[in-house]
Amino acid sequence: MNTNLIVLPVIVPMITGIILLFFYRQVKVQRVLAAISALAVMALSLYIVYAVQQQGILTLRVGHFPAPFAIVMVADLFAGIMISLSSLVSLACLFFSFGTIDAGKERHFYYAFYQIQVMGINGAFLTGDIFNLFVFFEILLIASYILLVLGGQAAQLRESLKYMIINMFSSVFFLLAVAVLYSITGTLNMADIAVKVSQAPEKGLLTAVSMVFLVVFGLKGSLFPLYFWLPRSYFVAPSAIAAFFGGLLTKVGIYASIRIFTLIFTYDTSYTHNIILYMSGFTMLLGVLGALSQNDFKRILSYHIISQVGYMVMGLGLYSPLAIAGAVFYIVHHIIVKSCLFLVAGLTEKVTGTTDLYKLGGLMKTHPVIAWLFLAAGLSLAGAPPLSGFFSKFALMQAGLQQGRYGIVFVAILVSFLTLFSMMKIFRFVFWGVTNKEHPPVQGLGYLSLVPPVAILVVLSVFFGLNAEWIMGVATASAEQLLDPQAYIQAVL
Amino acid sequence: MELLMSLVIGIMFAVSIYLMLARSMLRVVLGTVLISHAANLMLINAGLLKRGAPPFVTGDKNLAVVDPIPQALILTAIVIAFGVTAFLLVMAYRGYQELGSDDLSELRGVEDEH
Repeated sequence: MNTNLIVLPVIVPMITGIILLFFYRQVKVQRVLAAISALAVMALSLYIVYAVQQQGILTLRVGHFPAPFAIVMVADLFAGIMISLSSLVSLACLFFSFGTIDAGKERHFYYAFYQIQVMGINGAFLTGDIFNLFVFFEILLIASYILLVLGGQAAQLRESLKYMIINMFSSVFFLLAVAVLYSITGTLNMADIAVKVSQAPEKGLLTAVSMVFLVVFGLKGSLFPLYFWLPRSYFVAPSAIAAFFGGLLTKVGIYASIRIFTLIFTYDTSYTHNIILYMSGFTMLLGVLGALSQNDFKRILSYHIISQVGYMVMGLGLYSPLAIAGAVFYIVHHIIVKSCLFLVAGLTEKVTGTTDLYKLGGLMKTHPVIAWLFLAAGLSLAGAPPLSGFFSKFALMQAGLQQGRYGIVFVAILVSFLTLFSMMKIFRFVFWGVTNKEHPPVQGLGYLSLVPPVAILVVLSVFFGLNAEWIMGVATASAEQLLDPQAYIQAVL
Repeated sequence: MELLMSLVIGIMFAVSIYLMLARSMLRVVLGTVLISHAANLMLINAGLLKRGAPPFVTGDKNLAVVDPIPQALILTAIVIAFGVTAFLLVMAYRGYQELGSDDLSELRGVEDEH
């Protein structure tokens, strides 16, 4: 199916972003336009998921050039799920921004670059061309530099500088890998590359290229040993931005690695995917250990991003239908719950002015709504049974046990327990105990206006837990598509 | 010719990584500039430095033409690197103003961690 529909989730935020640049003084206009655009993208991406389920993989050859020469956009089920999630989280974080981002930032192009960021993320999910993937990565990175440093406080500048340099460095390696891949295959179309790679007589250099890609996407997705930049840079961002980045940015890297390691580099899975599996184990373990050593709400959550990313990559490393389905389900669960937890941290910061665990306490009495939202989201993150975290982890562990990978399953279970421990630590310090006299929380019910975006995400997590069979069915269908590159190749070429 | 180019690219990578390991902010920025140039050269090398006609459609099927794609890619990559470098320079300058130092070992930022 060749359709113009799938370019819209990229075009709509781009046009909105450009329009918003002209209205930088009228904050109200910016808010309304940004909200309309986010809602439109949400509707579009849900429709794309529906269309993919009805008609199979959708493609668009831009300019209608013949197959391997045109730049292609491809929406399979996995990409459809990802753009729906990205539009959901961007919508929630946008509404949260309305109440938490100060007016100075709003007047300095906050919403415009927010839209550009959404454009970059959706483009990275939908593109079928490896060089366009690079370009969309750059778009989302440039927007993220700006959103991270907006406000220009000393700590923000310090961390953004490091974040920028690291990402520039990884972009250079991305470009290198694309160059070498192009010199081997002579094409940039990912489906065509997959065909050429499977026919290539000499695979040695290709494996080297695949490892460069793993390093690049590992840096973006914060895999062991490339996650060091993440906790500090996410800590300095405003909560709405931290939630947006924490939910989506690393997942773009994970999405890209799942894409290329199920489509292109599948000729020697016992070597490449084994490396990925080991990386995932260390990522989980070291991420959660980092979280245990921290005493700040947002820092703990940042370290948990790292440990959670390990689970998704574990699914890729195991490389069986059930494991990939588990990974897809886990991504769905994680994006929702992680953004939600960061927004809860933002609510706490809004009412108390701090996220330091030792300066907080007793919020259960004064702000029970926040406490209950955190409890549901935190338990879901740790994997307590009726919530979405449990079923996604269950699928991954079942896949691990089926393949006899007991070591990684042990690590995954251990990390689950430690996650529960650190969620309880947050709960114990922030919500239980007595109110800290030196940092009294703001009284009143004004904070309730910020609750709806958070509550929607919590409700979705519970919903995905209670309807695990349905969402697992969707995840299994997308895993089948991912593990059958021929369908993708036929749709594109 | 490709061999010579490869050597040049290798030296550029070595120099830029040396610069990026320096403590001075400006040297790190220069390192990122140089490394993106090295990557661009690598891209042009990937298309092989064929000596052929410009890639225009002339009707002559036997005419050897240069592969235009790496050049198009480099053009894009140069624009991106240019924009990001400009932004990075402004950030480095603002950072120097706010933080009072361009020495990266003083910008570790551990004092606010427990």
